[in-house]
Amino acid sequence: MSPQTRIVTLHAIAHGRAGDKGNVCNVSVIAYQPDGWPIIDKQVTAERVRGVFEPYGVSRVERYALPQLRALNFVIRDGLGGGVNSSLALDRHGKAMSFLLLGALEVEIASDLVHLLAGREAGDASFP
Amino acid sequence: MNGIHDKMLIGCGAGFGGDRYDAAGPVIAAMSGFEGPKYLIFECLAERTLAAAQLERLREPTKGYSPFLDKYVEPNIAAALKAGIKVVTNLGAANPVAAAARVASIGSAVGCGPFLVVAVVGDDIRATFSDADIRAASWIDGADHRDKPILAANAYLGADAVARALQAGADIVLVGRTTDSALVLGPILHEFGWRDPDLLASGIVCGHLLECGAQVSGSYFADPGFKDVPDLAHVGFPIAEVRRSGDVTITKPADTGGRLDVSTVTEQLLYEIHDPSAYVTPDVICDLSGVNLRQEAADRVSVSNARGRGRPSALKVTVAVDDGWLSEAEMSYGGPNAFRRATLAGEIVLQRLQEAGVRRPVAFDIIGAGAALGRGHAAYRDGQDFSGDDFRLRLALASPDQGEAERLVDEVRALYTCGPAGGGGFRSHFAPQLATGSILVPRDQVEPHVELHRVPGGTS
Repeated sequence: MSPQTRIVTLHAIAHGRAGDKGNVCNVSVIAYQPDGWPIIDKQVTAERVRGVFEPYGVSRVERYALPQLRALNFVIRDGLGGGVNSSLALDRHGKAMSFLLLGALEVEIASDLVHLLAGREAGDASFP
Repeated sequence: MNGIHDKMLIGCGAGFGGDRYDAAGPVIAAMSGFEGPKYLIFECLAERTLAAAQLERLREPTKGYSPFLDKYVEPNIAAALKAGIKVVTNLGAANPVAAAARVASIGSAVGCGPFLVVAVVGDDIRATFSDADIRAASWIDGADHRDKPILAANAYLGADAVARALQAGADIVLVGRTTDSALVLGPILHEFGWRDPDLLASGIVCGHLLECGAQVSGSYFADPGFKDVPDLAHVGFPIAEVRRSGDVTITKPADTGGRLDVSTVTEQLLYEIHDPSAYVTPDVICDLSGVNLRQEAADRVSVSNARGRGRPSALKVTVAVDDGWLSEAEMSYGGPNAFRRATLAGEIVLQRLQEAGVRRPVAFDIIGAGAALGRGHAAYRDGQDFSGDDFRLRLALASPDQGEAERLVDEVRALYTCGPAGGGGFRSHFAPQLATGSILVPRDQVEPHVELHRVPGGTS
C-alpha cells in the first residue's frame, strides 16, 4: 500500500442486495459514487468473490457488469446448502450474503477519493 | 377501455405473503383520482407456500388458497372496486376457483357489487402429467428430487393467462402459479396489446421492479449511517406509470415513507437476477444489461432500454416433494465465558447424537458468532474465540426419519439439566420439510383457462 492510497472494506464504497433461486445466490455490488465504479470494476473480480464464498461449497462464480448503473452482479452457484427449502442454515435464503461480501472484501482507493466513503466511514476523523 | 388510453397505472399492495396488510391503502388512494386504467397487484406466492397450499387442498377441497387472502382482500376490496381499480393477485395459490368464491363472498359481505371475479387455472400439471412423466423429465437447476414422493407440480404461466381473465371482464383476477411479473405484464397486454419483444421486456422489468413491494421504494435497503431511509414504519409501496410507447416510471404515494431513487431501483433490478442479458420468462427472454435508470423528480425513477428476444418453447414447472423432517433447537448462554459454554453444549449434543447412531449432518451455529453469515462449526473448531456475553447455540437436522429428527430437539432440551452451567431460553421447531426442484415441459402441453364468478349488484 503506497502512502497515497488507503485500504477500506467494500462496504465503505458500495452497497448491494442478495437474492436466491434454489441453490444459487446472486449478489449485486453497486458503487455509491461514479468514481467508485472503476475501483470496484477493477478490483472486485470473480476470483476474489469466489474466495470469499469458498467455505460455503461454491462450485462457480459468474460476474456481470452494468457500467451505466455502476453495478456488478455475481452469480454464486451451490453455496446455499441446497437452497431455501433444504438448507439447515439459520438464514436459509442467504439474505445476509450481500453483507458477507461487502464486509469480507477490501479495496484500495486513492487517498484523494475520500468523498467515496459512504456515511459513517466518510466522517472518520482518523483519515490520513 | 382498450385502445383509448396512453397511460395506465399499476400499484403493488404486497410483495410476499406476510407483507404489511395496510400497505395497499395509500396505493389505492393515490391511484383513485387517475382517469385511465388502473390495477393493483398482490404478490403473495412462494414455491414452498404453494406446495403447502396443495397439501391443504388435498385435506380440504374448498381450501388451498393463500391463508393470507382475507387479510389483504377484506380491508381493500371496497375501496379498490369503488375507484375502478382492478385487482390481480396470486392469492389463489393451489385453488384459485375456491379463492374466487371466497373473494366474492368477502365483497358481498362488505356491500360491493356487481363485480366479476375470474380464476385462472391450468398451472397444476398433475391432471395431464403422471408422477412417472414428471420423474422422467429432465430436472434443471441442480436439484434432482425424482426419488421422493411428489406433492405438487405447477407450471409458471405467463402474462397471456392473466390477460385472458381480464378480457373476460374481470374486476378481480385470482391466479395460482404464474411468474410474478405476469401479474403486471398481464394488465399491460390487456390494455396496450403489446407484441414487440422490446415492449414485452419493458413490461417484464416493470413487473420485476413491482413484484417485491417496497423493496424498490426504500425497504430492505437501510444500512444506518450508510444508506438511510426515512420513515420505514410507513414505507410507501410502488406505483408504476406505464405508457403505450413502453416508457415506465416507478413512483410511490405522496406522504409515505421510504425513498425511490436510482440506488434503490438498481438493487431491486438485480434482485434474483442471474445473467442480466438472458432473463428468461414465459413471455419473453429479456436483456436487462443495458437498462437505464433516471431520477425524473423526487421519488420518481424512469426505466428504459430493456430489450427482448423471442420466448422459450418450454415452461418451467416447480415440483414439490416430501423431504422428511426438519428439526431445529436453540439454547442461550450469557455472562462470563458464554461462548465456551455454548460450544461445549453443542459438542455434548453432537456426541449424544453420534452415539445414538445419527449419521446425518447436523448444523452447529452459535448465534452471535457469525451464524447469520453461515459461519458454523468449522470456524469454532478452528479455535476462533469470540468475546461477548450473549451467545445462543442453534442446532438443526433434516432426516426422513421423524424419530431421528425429534432426537435433536430432545437432546438440546435435556441440556437444561445435563449441559453446561447457565443454559436458558430453550426453543425448538419441528416440521415436515418440503423440497422443490424444477423441470421443463413443452408450452403446448399446458393449457390455462378461466372460470368466472359473477357477484350480483350490491348496495355500494
